[in-house]
Amino acid sequence: MTLLRFATAGSVDDGKSTLVGRLLHDAKAILADQLAAVTATSAERGFLGGEFDFALLTDGLRAEREQGITIDVAYRYFATDRRSFILADCPGHVQYTRNMVTGATTADAVVVLIDARNRPTEQTRRHLTVVSRLGIRNVVIAVNKIDLLDYDQAAIESVAEEVKDLAAEIGLDTPHIIPISALAGDNIAAASDNTPWYTGPALLELLETLPSTEEDTADLEPFRLDVQTVLRPQGGLAPGLDPDAFRDYRAVAGQITSGRVRLGDEIDIHPAGVRSTVVGIDTADGQLESAGAPLSVALRLADDVDTARGSVIAAGGTLPPARRQLRAEVFPFTAEGLRSGDRVLIKTGTTSAKAIVTIDAKRNLATSALEDAEVLAGNDIGLAQVKLAAALPVPDFREHGPAGAFLIIDPQTGNTLAAGIHTPEQELS
Amino acid sequence: MSITDPTIDQTTRTARTTLSTLDVLESEAIHIIREVAAEFERPVLLFSGGKDSVTVLHLAAKAFWPAKIPFGLLHVDTGHNFPEIIRFRDETAQRFGLDLTVARVQDYIDDGRLRERPDGTRNTLQTQPLLDAIAAGGFDAVFGGARRDEDKARAKERILSLRDEFGGWNPSSQRPELWNLYNGRHLPGEHVRVFPISNFTELDVWSYIAREDIALPELYFAHEREVFDRDGMWWATGEFSTPREDETVTRRTVRYRTVGDMSCTGAVESTASDIDSILAEVAATTVTERGATRADDRISAAAMEDRKKDGYF
Repeated sequence: MTLLRFATAGSVDDGKSTLVGRLLHDAKAILADQLAAVTATSAERGFLGGEFDFALLTDGLRAEREQGITIDVAYRYFATDRRSFILADCPGHVQYTRNMVTGATTADAVVVLIDARNRPTEQTRRHLTVVSRLGIRNVVIAVNKIDLLDYDQAAIESVAEEVKDLAAEIGLDTPHIIPISALAGDNIAAASDNTPWYTGPALLELLETLPSTEEDTADLEPFRLDVQTVLRPQGGLAPGLDPDAFRDYRAVAGQITSGRVRLGDEIDIHPAGVRSTVVGIDTADGQLESAGAPLSVALRLADDVDTARGSVIAAGGTLPPARRQLRAEVFPFTAEGLRSGDRVLIKTGTTSAKAIVTIDAKRNLATSALEDAEVLAGNDIGLAQVKLAAALPVPDFREHGPAGAFLIIDPQTGNTLAAGIHTPEQELS
Repeated sequence: MSITDPTIDQTTRTARTTLSTLDVLESEAIHIIREVAAEFERPVLLFSGGKDSVTVLHLAAKAFWPAKIPFGLLHVDTGHNFPEIIRFRDETAQRFGLDLTVARVQDYIDDGRLRERPDGTRNTLQTQPLLDAIAAGGFDAVFGGARRDEDKARAKERILSLRDEFGGWNPSSQRPELWNLYNGRHLPGEHVRVFPISNFTELDVWSYIAREDIALPELYFAHEREVFDRDGMWWATGEFSTPREDETVTRRTVRYRTVGDMSCTGAVESTASDIDSILAEVAATTVTERGATRADDRISAAAMEDRKKDGYF
């Protein structure tokens, strides 16, 4: 059984809560007591005859239930016979960038919902822009409420065409487009009889077969591990182990960020700037011959090299150059936004460094065009230069994924101000 | 496998190319535990002897193998715990060679800092002793075994969850949690709760316990016990849960799906006496574990959210 993490995004009335409820319901992930609680509350709110308000399943906070809006990302869990799923349900209106980025950065796939009657809206463009800028590999556009178009093939296909053109314009070349009705259950768990002309997979079928990010990249990307800690049992050995066997034990521990490492592989180490060889890939279960992302391992190296938390280990010859200057796409979250001259902390991999931000441009989300700017507000997307106090081997996010991502942190309050991705090849404003 | 006696020269395994759900969840939890141990001054693991905290402890041992777990355990003893659980807690701490700090609700009741509730449950009384123990121990990161599938409020909580000086959780101003970059920065007096198994479901935990052969308290397995029926749950007879006159005590084969206080945790009828039959039972269940057996969560739709805002686990 494999795992797929996906996020759902959509505007207020696109039927996202209904879709989430429908997925959980059709995957039989709603248990009797949850259903009873939701049915009771639904009846209080005027839902009739045992019908229920699916949104009540996902709105977890008191304020959300009272105000009838979703405030924060909620995580839901369900499984089919073929796969387990973690669903990040991202609210579409309040602080949508913050919520979408939060949900999408850990997702293998994003499902963007649109209301077939409204065609793609400005909000759809915003959602697709965020998804595109974050480099999400699997994008699914669910054209919802097709029952309200009486399953009319010509009408639905014309919406799908429009969505496809919009996606292409934003830079999403191959989105999956599925006509659905979350309310009626069309093309959710199985192909609907109402859309015989649609020959693609139902939504759940598609999600069962999409590759996870790691599956997609483990054998293509160069190996990289950001060192979290050094394991040296001299300070205290786990009970029951033979002290003699571990007298000289020293291993660097971390989660493999990308690629695959094999015994005997040559690796380069930042910041030591030396090359060594992997002589052990250890887990508490024993040694491995090879290991791929996202496994947590401990590596023993042939040479006694200076390594510590924040060191980076990469397949020989693939270590990105250490840079003091990043060109980045940034996603500010807070009301204060981000402005040129801000002194911040950057957290990337297992390192933090002081930094100064210079804003270059703001992306106009209505047109996708870049405009000169020195200030970004919360929920804007923009381009910035980040000057670092220490040189770090941050790769190009678009080429190599999460190793090229970072947090921008307020050094005073400790709050996360923005997400950033290193995009050295970005277009100039 | 067993992590109490692994050796360095175990047979080299052939690597799997596709990782299973449990492999991925385990790796994520180990990454979180290592991050927190590396970035915080003084972490501690909340250990109740329940299956979730036992799972977090097992993951911590794997995260630092062959070194010892670099932090201790903390338990809030309500005074209403099952004696089997207290025994298991002490044995486990000893087996892993870890310091165990116990904060006792009874002490607070004895000297008047807390007052017994009219309904007799002590669940909500744990918050003050917990916060005092965190302050007294100087703990800046507190690991817990909470899972997001347990409750609607927990479904919204971050893996690293900031608590203010009063131990309070502010759900409307949580930091976004991005990629696998955790921001645990906090001001003096604040601390961070850490939930490494946030993304495990109840079934994942049981599957993982089975796969890893993790030792659990015997309460989780079917056994005969004197019980009485109250509000559709089976309650053990004991010092802290006595039947009223209209409640009949019978002897039944039961087991516990969650382990809390004797005064707020009910048992379910079950013949599942080993891990495989429990797994089959969990996979086929139609009621959530908290809905089935926890009186503390039946109080209101926001019972958990209100307790968490107040500093609860």
